[in-house]
Amino acid sequence: MKIHEYQGKAILKKYGVAVPRGGMAETREQAETAAKNLFDAGASGVVVKAQIHAGGRGKGGGVKIAKSVAEAVDLAGKMLGMRLVTHQTGPEGKIVQRLLIEETLPIEKELYLGILLDRAEAKPVFMASAAGGMEIEQVAAENPDAILKQHIDPGMGLEPFQARKIAFSLGLKPQQINPAVQFLTGLYRAFLDTDASLVEINPFITCIDGRLFALDAKLNFDDNALFRHPEIRELRDISEEDPLEVEASKYSLNYIKLDGNVGCMVNGAGLAMSTMDIIKYAGGMPANFLDVGGGANAEQVTHAFEILLSDKNVKAVLINIFGGILRVDTLATGVVEAANKTHIQLPIVLRLEGTNVEAGREILKQSGLNFIVAETMKDAAEKVVAAAGA
Amino acid sequence: MAILVDKSTRVVVQGLTGREGTFHAKACAEYGTKIVGGVTPGKGGTTHEGWPIFNSVQEAVNKTGADASVIFVPPPYAADAIMEAADAEIELIVCITEGIPTLDMVRAWEFLQNRRARLIGPNCPGIISPGKCKIGIMPGHIHREGPVGIVSRSGTLTYEAVYQLTMRGIGQSTAIGIGGDPIIGTNFVDAVELFNRDPQTEVVVMIGEIGGNAEETAAEYVKSHMKKPVVGFIAGQTAPPGRRMGHAGAIISGGKGTAAEKIKAMEAAGIRVAKTPAAIGETAIAAMGVAAKA
Repeated sequence: MKIHEYQGKAILKKYGVAVPRGGMAETREQAETAAKNLFDAGASGVVVKAQIHAGGRGKGGGVKIAKSVAEAVDLAGKMLGMRLVTHQTGPEGKIVQRLLIEETLPIEKELYLGILLDRAEAKPVFMASAAGGMEIEQVAAENPDAILKQHIDPGMGLEPFQARKIAFSLGLKPQQINPAVQFLTGLYRAFLDTDASLVEINPFITCIDGRLFALDAKLNFDDNALFRHPEIRELRDISEEDPLEVEASKYSLNYIKLDGNVGCMVNGAGLAMSTMDIIKYAGGMPANFLDVGGGANAEQVTHAFEILLSDKNVKAVLINIFGGILRVDTLATGVVEAANKTHIQLPIVLRLEGTNVEAGREILKQSGLNFIVAETMKDAAEKVVAAAGA
Repeated sequence: MAILVDKSTRVVVQGLTGREGTFHAKACAEYGTKIVGGVTPGKGGTTHEGWPIFNSVQEAVNKTGADASVIFVPPPYAADAIMEAADAEIELIVCITEGIPTLDMVRAWEFLQNRRARLIGPNCPGIISPGKCKIGIMPGHIHREGPVGIVSRSGTLTYEAVYQLTMRGIGQSTAIGIGGDPIIGTNFVDAVELFNRDPQTEVVVMIGEIGGNAEETAAEYVKSHMKKPVVGFIAGQTAPPGRRMGHAGAIISGGKGTAAEKIKAMEAAGIRVAKTPAAIGETAIAAMGVAAKA
């Protein structure tokens, strides 16, 4: 799960990580109050930052500096409601609904800090680089030696000597080392305590006066651990997510919307991915990823149908089920019920295989519905691509 | 032969008294697996479906001589169940549970180091040596005994590959679902290494997917050590970057872990990569033919 920058900073602040002073605003009035508070507290300027779940906001015009309250309000008025397009949002962009108004700081250097999971080592890893402000992937590709990696032993946590090593590698001054150790220790504790999958501070800045700050904060969380973090679950902003994906998540369906016109419904993540692949191989484009899970029942199949059909781009549907534990006849009954209930008009290609497949095919035949039955995955993909193109 | 499990394997079921545990324990027993009991803390001393229930894995090991365990415990408690089984010196732990918090698995993985246990999964269908032993949730009847070793990150895609082979009259030595999570106990390299040493296995099918670099690491092993032909497939060639495709571990992050990279590494190692999932069976059979002639 992703959250906004201002929410991430509020979490980090609790762990003693220094973040700039600021406030969130959903209206011009709130922006005015936030800016006024900062100027009253001695800020020499404020930065107005659009809060969307995507990077590259600065280049897209979503981060602007104001030298007065009036200028901040003017910028806030323009930014709220605007469609912000960045390299991470896709061409449709995202509507800005919240802003973070923050004090400006006398930046000396922009550095990079990140904590994520190293899958191969099965350990959290700190990544640090003096090339802040750039995307770490780009640094990794162009100059991998510029990134320091420090694995953390899960039983021990971040030891002070490891934190010092990171701090020195970033070229911090001797008097900045102790504050940096505190900063890094706070980051790691936040990562661990919240079951984060990513904590990224880009940039992590040093100021001319020597202070250290998290100028930006990106926190992602492990969905599997949200059950034990109700306070983080509440930070979810569903307006940042695709409405169909939000709908699917209510029924524990794994659905991801894509751009093609062949809807697909599959059991199992690997089979669902490779069904998308074979649709493309047959010359079509998948409209979605949809895994109904190993134990899908008639009700879930109905919900899955409804979600697939709400995507107006879908011109044909491929149902690819390998019935193992889930018997094919049970599934066929579910498909027939769902098709009747949703009055589906689109061509449906079915490829069912596995346990009780004969009984399943018989149920489809007797249903009187106009299903196209395919024998193999390849056959199914070719038939559905043809149906979608017709 | 086959690998890891056979007719002598004695299995204790952690979470036997739950709905999933009960259903699949019965299916495994029907297949011929020696299920020797279950563990449900607090229900020790009772019986369930005729099996004795113990309060701890240690007690189950002491009383039944179990050497393998299968875990159907809900996600919040599953990592703990893995550690308990390892502590009781279980040799093979198969964790079916999907949805274990990653940081719990970081701890469990650490705990497993320097212990004798091998973990398969989590978030996997389990392991089957056709005709001998099934520990997991896969449909037993689609398998048949034979020369193909299968290792896969995906459940239903494994069934698909098995089915394609069985329909063509080709059986399997052992099929292992290693799981779709970012942290798993047994990886491609481990499984491929075991198949390399197994006399029953003549060809290995490796089914990967986007995310991580386990396929690349396995490709390096194949290139330098593998004596048998290896066939591969990678799911997720059309997956968008940055999105988790069902499995917690199936994500292209920072441009890394793409299907294209994996296929390239596998082909460079001499692995025959099937273009579509429909071609996995025939690609494996073709590779076997080549091996037989060589």
